[in-house]
Formats: sequence, C-alpha cells, structure tokens
Amino acid sequence: MPDIFIPDATPELTGRALFPHRHLLSIADLKPWEIRFLLDEAEHWARTNKGQARKHDDRLAGMTQINAFFENSTRTLLSFEIAGKRLGADVVNMHAGQSSVKKGETLIDTAMTLNAMAADVIVIRHASSGAVALIADKVDCPVLNAGDGWHQHPTQALLDALTIRRRKGGFEGLVVAICGDVLHSRVARSNMLCLAALGAQVRAVAPPTLLPPEVEMLGATPYSRMEDGLDGADVVMMLRLQNERMDGAFIPSAREYHALYGLTPERLAIAKPDALVMHPGPMNRGVEITSTVADDPDRSAITEQVAMGVAVRMACLDVLTRKARGVEGWA
Amino acid sequence: MSIPTNKEKEMGVGRIAIVNGKLADPAGDALAPGTVLIEGDRILATGAIDIPADAQQVDAGGLVVAPGLIDLGVFATDKPAFHFGGITRAALMPDQRAPLDEAGLIREATRAGKPDFWVHPIAAATRGLKGTEMAEMGLMQIAGAKAVGTGRQWIADSGVMLRILSYASGLGLTVIAHAEDGGLSAKAVATSGETATRLGLAHAPACAEAMAIARDIMLARETGAAIHFRLVTTRAGFDLIRAAKAEGLTVSCGISPAYLFLNDQAVTAFRTFARLSPPLRSENDRQASIAAVADGTVDVITSGHDPRGPEDKRLPFADASPGMAGAETLLALSLNLVRDGHVSLNRLMTLLSANPAKILGVNAGSFAPGSAADLILVDPDAPWIVDSAKMAASAGNTPFDKVPVQGRARRIMKGGQFF
Repeated sequence: MPDIFIPDATPELTGRALFPHRHLLSIADLKPWEIRFLLDEAEHWARTNKGQARKHDDRLAGMTQINAFFENSTRTLLSFEIAGKRLGADVVNMHAGQSSVKKGETLIDTAMTLNAMAADVIVIRHASSGAVALIADKVDCPVLNAGDGWHQHPTQALLDALTIRRRKGGFEGLVVAICGDVLHSRVARSNMLCLAALGAQVRAVAPPTLLPPEVEMLGATPYSRMEDGLDGADVVMMLRLQNERMDGAFIPSAREYHALYGLTPERLAIAKPDALVMHPGPMNRGVEITSTVADDPDRSAITEQVAMGVAVRMACLDVLTRKARGVEGWA
Repeated sequence: MSIPTNKEKEMGVGRIAIVNGKLADPAGDALAPGTVLIEGDRILATGAIDIPADAQQVDAGGLVVAPGLIDLGVFATDKPAFHFGGITRAALMPDQRAPLDEAGLIREATRAGKPDFWVHPIAAATRGLKGTEMAEMGLMQIAGAKAVGTGRQWIADSGVMLRILSYASGLGLTVIAHAEDGGLSAKAVATSGETATRLGLAHAPACAEAMAIARDIMLARETGAAIHFRLVTTRAGFDLIRAAKAEGLTVSCGISPAYLFLNDQAVTAFRTFARLSPPLRSENDRQASIAAVADGTVDVITSGHDPRGPEDKRLPFADASPGMAGAETLLALSLNLVRDGHVSLNRLMTLLSANPAKILGVNAGSFAPGSAADLILVDPDAPWIVDSAKMAASAGNTPFDKVPVQGRARRIMKGGQFF
C-alpha cells in the first residue's frame, strides 16, 4: 500500500479563518480547501494511529463528548467513541432505545437536555433528513452529523476521500463510480458532493428506481447499467443495499440485483486494472459485492476505510473544539 | 328592493351609504368611483346612485371597497387572522380533530365564527375521511354544509369517488377534491427535483397531481357532477382543467399564493414552514400557475389557512405537519398579481370572493342587489412586512416571513355592520 501524501494547495488562510464552521452538518457547507484542510488534519492522525501502540492524545481531556444515536449503528458509533477516547474526551453514548425518545419526548427537548448537561461536542445520528441540523440550531456546542436520513454523512465522505487520496495520490481526473442504492443513501450524497468538489469525475450507478432525480446537480453523471458505469473507473464505491429502507418494491429481488449490479471479479475487470474497491459497510456479501472482491487485499480498501474513519473523526473532533479550547488562532 | 322589517326598524337598522370609495365590483372591468348602499344585512344598490337622505353616510376615504374575502378551504377558524386578512367567510375543511363527517359536527362548525365571520363547513365525503364509506352528505347539507370534500387526501378507490360525485350532484353540492395521486405521493414530502435530491427527502413526481385530476375529471364527466380542485399547482394539471372547461364540464380549481410566489427551493435548509400539501413545485410549474391565473383557468385563490405551532413544525422536515398560516397574507400577496399586471383588481375579487361564493352556493361575494353586505375597505398600496413572530394568526408558520408586501384591509363589514 503506497503511503504517499501530497498536500493540496489551500488559500492563504490560517486558524478559524481557514475553517470557520461551528458544526459539521453537510459536505455542501464546505469549500474545497476546507475539505482538504480536514483531510490534512486527518492524515496526521492516520499516521499517529498506525505508528505507535500508545495512541492517546489528551487534547480533549476534561471535555464531554455525547454520541446521541437515534438510529442503530455499530461501526460509526464505535468509530466516534474510539476517536473521542483517543483524544482524551469523556465519551458518553446515548442510544435511542435507552432514551426517552421512545417515550414521546420531542427531538428539541432531547437536544435541550443534552445541552443542559454541558456537552462540549455532540455527535448525532438520526433517521430523518435535517434532524441533526435542527438539533444543532438549539445547542451551544459543536455538532457533528453522523448521518441524517438520506441527507448527509459528512465524516464518511471525508474518510472515503482520505482513503482515495492515500491510495491514488489525488483526485484530479479520477473516475469514481458510486454504485447501488443512491436514492436512499446519505453516503452517496455526501460523497458525490465531496469528490466532485475535489475534482474527481463522479458517476452514480444504479437501477433507475434507485437513482434520485437530477443527480447531475450534485456533480454526478448517472448510469443505469453497471457495466457502463464501471468502464474505466479508478475507484468503485459500492453502497449497501438498504433493505430496511426498501418499503416499496424498488428492485424485484436481491438475487436479481446481484445478477445485474453485484460487484463480481468479472465486472470489476471492466474498471481500470488498478481500480480501488470501497464499501462503507456493513456489507451484504453476495448481494452488492462478492466476497472474492471484498476480501482481495490488492483491490479492496474496505478495512482501510474503517481505519481512516477513526482518523477523520479525530480530526473533526479536534478542529471543531479548538475554539472552546482556546487554541491560538481559533478562539 | 327589500323593505326593512318592523324588527329591523325597531333595532334601528337603517340604510348605510359607503361614499367616496373606489368600487372593486367583481362583475366590473375596472375600479369605479361610486357608492354602496346597504339596508340591513344586504346590499341595496351600488354605483353612481343617489344617496337617500335617511342613509347614514360612511366615508371610505378613497379606499377600495370590495366584497369581503371568501376563503375556500381553511383548516382552522382563526378570528384574528381572518379579521386581519379581510376574510368574512371561510369554508372549513373537514380535516378537523374530529373529521366533519356528521351533522352535529357540521352544525357546531357553522357556529364557530359567530358573530365575527361566517363559517361554511365542507362535509367529509366519507366517514372519518377514510375514503371508503359515504358520509351522510344530505343530513350534513341540512345542518349547514355548503360543499362536500375529500379533505387532504385523494380517494384512492375510483368506485367510491364515482359514487360520491354522483350522490353529491343529486344534492347540488360541489365536491372539493384533493389532487394528488395517493400511490405516488404516499410518503412524499417534496416534489421530485434537485432540492429534494440535495436534501434527501422522500419525493413524488409532479405528475401525481395531473394523474389525480385526469381521473376525477373523467368521473365528473361520467356523473355530470360539479368538482372543484382545491389546489392545482402544476402545468399539466392546469392543462387538464383548461381542456375540461373548454368541454363545458363543471370543473373549477383554486390555488394559494405560496404556489404562485414560491418554488420548491423554499424548503432548502429544511424549512418546515414551507412544507405544504401538495408540496411546492418547480419554477416551471410556478410560472404555469401565474399564467393559469392570468388566463382565467384558476377560479379561486385560497389561503389554505392552517396555523401550526412549534409542536407541529419544529420537527425534522418529514415529521412536520404540512400547512401554512395564510389568512392574513392572502390579500396582500394576491395583490402582487394586480401590480404585476396579471389580473385586474376586479378579477382578483372574483377569485377571492365571487367565485368561492358561487361554488359554495352562498349569496355573497357580489355587489348585486340582495347580496350579503360583507365588505372590506382596502388600502391596496399600504406597505407592511410579514413577520412570523408577530402574526395575528394563532401560529406564525408562514413561508413569507420578513417579506415586504403591500395591501391591507382597513375596515371590515359583516352583515351590514362594521367591526
């Protein structure tokens, strides 16, 4: 795995002027150089995490990080928890199942409660598009969107971009095929905006029933045949076929989906010989991706994505709390 | 000419002459100086008439004198908002906490506005608005219902809709329909397009509207029934209405100002105040809506008044209730159509008053002798700024917050009496 890092040019900005955002809610809010700045910050943590057994850094010591997850999650929650703990924060997890949300408390009331507990940073996942922004509006501390409905999952896009940058060296002219259930995917929406902003040529590849209308406006070219979408791709980013969101009949069956859109070694051969395979997880092996492809160490960057996830989240937690910590140039 | 009854004479109800006003007669072509002579609760005469010596004169001070607005399809009886907006009659949608599907509820609803304004309830076409069993339309008509409605929903079962139209036509009641194909719009909260895609909102294509209209027009043709589509908001929908009218069917349609002056980009940043049903449409459809008002395809402009507090609106977009508080901005926003040259002020009063009265079968919204003396004195140029924090309505959920507008109802007369 080439561990090359090419810094990108950024405008002559430093400190808060370089990243003036209070929250991280959507990739759409970020300028290209702001994305690059976060990637550069994450690169530092990626090296730290890899290079030493003792990974602790206490810059967030004494700060409270609440992970408020209103929708089930294992890996994202874990990733945020590890990221917070490595930075020395006191990390508390709140699952919807254990909270009073199920007792009919409104989202705003929950937000006020979290706020009253004087959290220093709140990480939120919610099943409804826009819900995280709604909470962010009501609290005094930075909010990180860990996924809201079909809308955005910005840290996923950042970790995917970091993985691609480390493997491919940059984005300019890179052909990235995002394949699968684009319609219901916040990962796809964040990635399309992020990669297009960084200069990649983005394709959205899906059955027409799973392609959102006017996806071109998010910077992606739509393809409805998998073979066409994969042709000449440098990166193949598979999406999970979100069974739990399939309340209608968007596709006839998982079997047919696999036959037409599953990433098999044969289909992968249509992409460039060194094409990178990515998946945000959790995978439906045998549906959108075969095990042969997913487990191929030369092609698959899936476990690396998980590693980059921690680094990106550490970077975001660090950057967003700099103002509160009084870091020079950020206060 | 009616003669005051003895009782009225005893009560001192005499004649009132509103002088020095510019009359916006819905039946006229242009504003005309003139007098409105009122006796009791009825209009006696209008125009260049001799003022009887015994008439009490009211100086309109050069303001526009128009029929009070008749708001065809509101979800709440909201006195301060109606008063602010110059609305003297409101047709109440059956979508109440207890759906208006029974004569007792209708009777109660008719009393809700007294003594300040008239409430004309729209009877639920089906029990509980569930779209299956016919509700007692005839008994509700006797109790005061002025139309039959499907509520916020489309009736999916074409057989049920056919029988509703057929039965209502026998009663002489217009059916007020919601034009959105239920299958397409089931879980949608936005119109398919760039904004819905960016925000990741469940969406339905705009053709959901035309599909519903197409079916219901065919059923109206089959039954000869009168049908009114409360809100038509798309180019394809207007094309169908236009063709049905040319064919001579008793088809009419309405729109509310939100669809004339906002497009689907208004929901950007998940603004729940712009979450409406049907959802806001594309710019192309918005322009088609303006054209449909200008060419006479649109018969009614309604506020769709639906005040919703934070408990319904301060929620994630998809979880928020649709609807906007529109009563107090109805007149001012509609006046934009006059200032932009799309309609005359007289035609606007037809859309805001005369046509709704016709559809409801009430003797109002007109300057004809014998018509109800429900009038407003309007300063059509008075500037003000919509402020959701200071609305007269019971909630400030307007997507027009901080928008400067012009036009205020200065005085309101209901049944021959000024407030």
